[in-house]
Order: sequence, then C-alpha cells, then structure tokens
Amino acid sequence: MLGKKRVAIVGAGLTLFRRNLKETGKELCYGATKMALDSAGLTLKDIDSVAFGSAPDAFDGIHMKGENMVDGSGAWRKPFSRVFVGGGTGVFTADAGWWHVASGLFDTCLVVAEEKMSSCYPHPAYAFTTIFDPMMSRPLGTTLIWIFALEMHRYMHRHGIKKEQIALVSVKNKKNALDHPCAQLAANITVEDVLNSEIMCWPVQRLDISPTSDGAAALVLASEDVAKKITDNPVWIDGVGWCIDSTYWTNRDLYYPDYVEYAARMAYKMAGIKNPPKEIDVAEPYDPFDYKELHHMEGLLLCKKGEAPKLTAEGVTQRDGDLPINPSGGLLGVGNPIAAAGLMKVCEIFWQLRGEAGKRQVPGDPRTGLAQAWGDLMQYGSVIVLRR
Amino acid sequence: MSAKIKKYPGHPLKSAEVREGKVLTSRWKPKAKYMWSAGVAMSRFLNELKKGKIVGTKCNKCGRIMVPPRVFCEQCFKSTDKWTYVKDTGTVNTYSVSFIAGDASRIKEPIIVAIIDLDGASPGMGIQHKISEINWKEVKFGMKVKAVWRPPEERKGTITDIKYFKPI
Repeated sequence: MLGKKRVAIVGAGLTLFRRNLKETGKELCYGATKMALDSAGLTLKDIDSVAFGSAPDAFDGIHMKGENMVDGSGAWRKPFSRVFVGGGTGVFTADAGWWHVASGLFDTCLVVAEEKMSSCYPHPAYAFTTIFDPMMSRPLGTTLIWIFALEMHRYMHRHGIKKEQIALVSVKNKKNALDHPCAQLAANITVEDVLNSEIMCWPVQRLDISPTSDGAAALVLASEDVAKKITDNPVWIDGVGWCIDSTYWTNRDLYYPDYVEYAARMAYKMAGIKNPPKEIDVAEPYDPFDYKELHHMEGLLLCKKGEAPKLTAEGVTQRDGDLPINPSGGLLGVGNPIAAAGLMKVCEIFWQLRGEAGKRQVPGDPRTGLAQAWGDLMQYGSVIVLRR
Repeated sequence: MSAKIKKYPGHPLKSAEVREGKVLTSRWKPKAKYMWSAGVAMSRFLNELKKGKIVGTKCNKCGRIMVPPRVFCEQCFKSTDKWTYVKDTGTVNTYSVSFIAGDASRIKEPIIVAIIDLDGASPGMGIQHKISEINWKEVKFGMKVKAVWRPPEERKGTITDIKYFKPI
C-alpha cells in the first residue's frame, strides 16, 4: 500500500440513468450523494472533503459546472475540488478521493460524479465536435464516432476480429442490465439485431454504442480507523492508476491501448497483483462501445492481446463465467452519463464485493474487483482495484 | 445496499413531454466565437499546403520524422532539429465510413474517413483525412493513396487544401 492511510469505501449511491431526467444536475448530485451518505449511516457533518467529477461543460451549457453542482454534492463550506479527464473522469474521481484520504489530509471524502447530457440539443454529440484540434481535425468535420470507428476498425484488422464476435458484448451487457434497477437500455437482443441495426459510421452500428444519458453516482470514502467504526463491511481501495498518451492520436497504433496498460500496472503494483486474470474476480472495464470492453480487457492484462473476443464467445465473461465482465450491464446497458457512468462501475464493484448486488451478484464470493474508465482523444485510462 | 433499495432518485421525462412544451425549460444559444492562431509549427505546415507540399519536422535524438510537424519532440522533450518534406502519397492505416453528421443526423453520401500513414514520414506517422473516388466497400487496409489537391488559386492554407486522398 502506498498512501499514509488505507482507504475504504463505506457507502454508495446512484440515480436512475435516463435519456432525459427532470432533475437539474445539482438535484441529481443530491439524489446520489444523499443515498451514499444514508447507506453509510452518515450525515454531512461527518464529511471532511469532496472530490467531484464531471465531463465537458458543453453538455450542461454551464461553464465551470463544478461550482454549479457544489450544493448538491454535499460540499457546503468544505474543501472541494473538481477533476476532469474526459470519459476517464468517473473512475479518476474515485482515484482523486483516494488521495484525499490516503494522504492523511482528511478522514472522510465524498466522491460525486454527474452528467446531464440532455440539456444539449438537438443532440449532445454536437458538443463533442468542439474537442478536436482546430487545424488538423475540425476543418474536416470530424465527429467522435468517426474516430472511435477508426480505432474499432484498426483493432478488428490487426487481430482479424469479426463484427459478430464484438456484437456478443452488446448482447451480454444489455442482458445483464435487465437486472439493474437504474438501467436505461436493458434488453434481450441477439447478435443479428446488432448486425442489422442502423450503420452510424462503419464498422459502428446503432447497437454497438451506449446511449447519451442523465445521471449521477456517489461514494463515501473513509480512512481505515474511521471506516471500521462506520461499518463491519468496508471495501478497500488497494490500487489506483492513471495514465495519458500523446494527443497526436493519428501517430499512434490504435489497435492497443498502451496507456490503459500503464494505468493498470500502476494499480496492480500498488495492490500487489502479479497475475491479473487469476487474482481479479470481477471487473467493470469501460464499455461506451462494445469493442471497447474487449480492447480494455486486453489493456488491463486480463487476457492476451486479441484474445478477449474468444473469451467472450466461450462465456468466460458472463456473470457466471470464470471472469465476469460488466455484470452491471455497463454503459451499453445501464447508460452513459459520462462521469457518472464511470463511477457507477466503482459502485457496482463495491456492491459485488459486499455481496449486495442482488440479481446481478456474481457467484463465488468475489474478493477482488476492478473498475476502469477511458477518455479524451483515445488516450486516457483510469483504474481502481478494490478488495474486501 | 443495492439489493435493499426500493426506489432510486430520478424522474424520467418522455420526449413527447419535452417536445410539446409540457416541461418548463429555459433556452440559450452561445454567441462566443473563436479565432485560433495556427502557431509556429502549423503556420509553416499550412503555408506549405498552399504550395502543394506536406512538411514535417525531424528530431535528431529519436530520429522520428513527424507529421503533423511540431517545434518540440514530445518524447525526447527537446526542440526539433529540421524541417523535412514528406510525400503526398501514403497507405491506409485504418478507415471508417460515416453515415451521420456532427449532430447525429443522417447524411446521403457516406464520408470515408481514414488515417493515412504518409510516405517519407516515420512508420505510423499518420494524418487524418478523407478518401474519395472509390466505393466505400472497396476500401482496403494498406491501400496506397495519393492526395488530390485543390487548384492553387483555391488554396487557403488549411488541411482542406487537400480535397481528399484517392486510390493509386
């Protein structure tokens, strides 16, 4: 363990994920934060600090939206900081909460992540067009789906992977989400449904993609001595890691996310994990697209390069498989309010390790789990390793 | 906890409720505009595009010839050492075919988007551009392509001075 103090998660909260929720961003934050506090049996008086995460301001149309959310995030008159690393924000906010407490600076920390994408219309995808380089990319009319499709195609080409192999991820995750009470796009679909869905940007089709969503998630963190007074059932943050690659994304081979591997190695080293596929019992890698779950399983060293589609076809990644992947239903099934979606994954691992995931509970008494998020220009990875 | 909670926060809205104005909203459209300086490296690059040439920079420490050019090598973290021309031909590293515009609306003619590794630059030094004069189903990985330039009088010093790349 690296920090001065060992850090535990002692509570978690989550709102519904939907295309459009009536609540404002700060009302969503309040819903998730209050649930997390209640679940730990704590009040705001018990909280020393707040780590907040949200992705581009352009969705909410409120510049510096962190300030807009403070009252709903339990940050009234408290040390507050916002972190932002694109799609990687959700898991990185938990990493940031970890260092608040591990440093010895605070005994407790609220971790809150929010996204309200419905405010940007006619479609929030348009806000993403403002992330690109003004000289090399924007004049071409570049969109986010264009560049992810470039990455997906390169990954398929390098390993000879077929679309029907990738579609299995979407089928699995949307099915898993049928058991998630907050899910937006839970469904029983088939590989054929995915292959017959509308082509967005080949090879990406409608059912390869997660939706745009509104939602919030929250955690309560506590130092070891404090956590043991709060609960008999703490879940420890034993490893954190994050890494960024060059923004010159056309100068990298997109078939493999090296930066995710570096982030994972940082977290594994801290957690003392030598053999990830053997030692990780359940994982929630980032799955905004179906191919990303496979890409990230490889980057997280949960399997060899190009091997993830095979494990998926064999059922290894099903909830009752040897290495359950995205038992929550992931972004493909539960929804993708960006920062909140990443933190939803940490909530899921917390519930899985406490045996509180209900119908989603993976068998075999899992003790070690992992969540990961990904973002910016296909260049950023954030990882967290949890243990019971 | 997850299993014990009966109700999760959030009031879902139906799209019809929003469309028909049954939900109170407030609207705003940003009026901010931006004008970016091209910078030191890109100014030279864009001026060379006007002349029908593609220029990169070389770092003598790692030996990489980089496109797009930069005034510093981000890996060696030192100034780059010289300007060097690369060819306007290359190979398709990866491609995608877009049937939707930036606002997610459908478009009639699909756009073939590609990363093209340019000849004369270090391996894997690609730029993003479009491919045309070919049916999208015929595009292949590793295919050789060449830039199709706008006529000199139409060039403005932007990446679109290259209209697209075509197969050769």
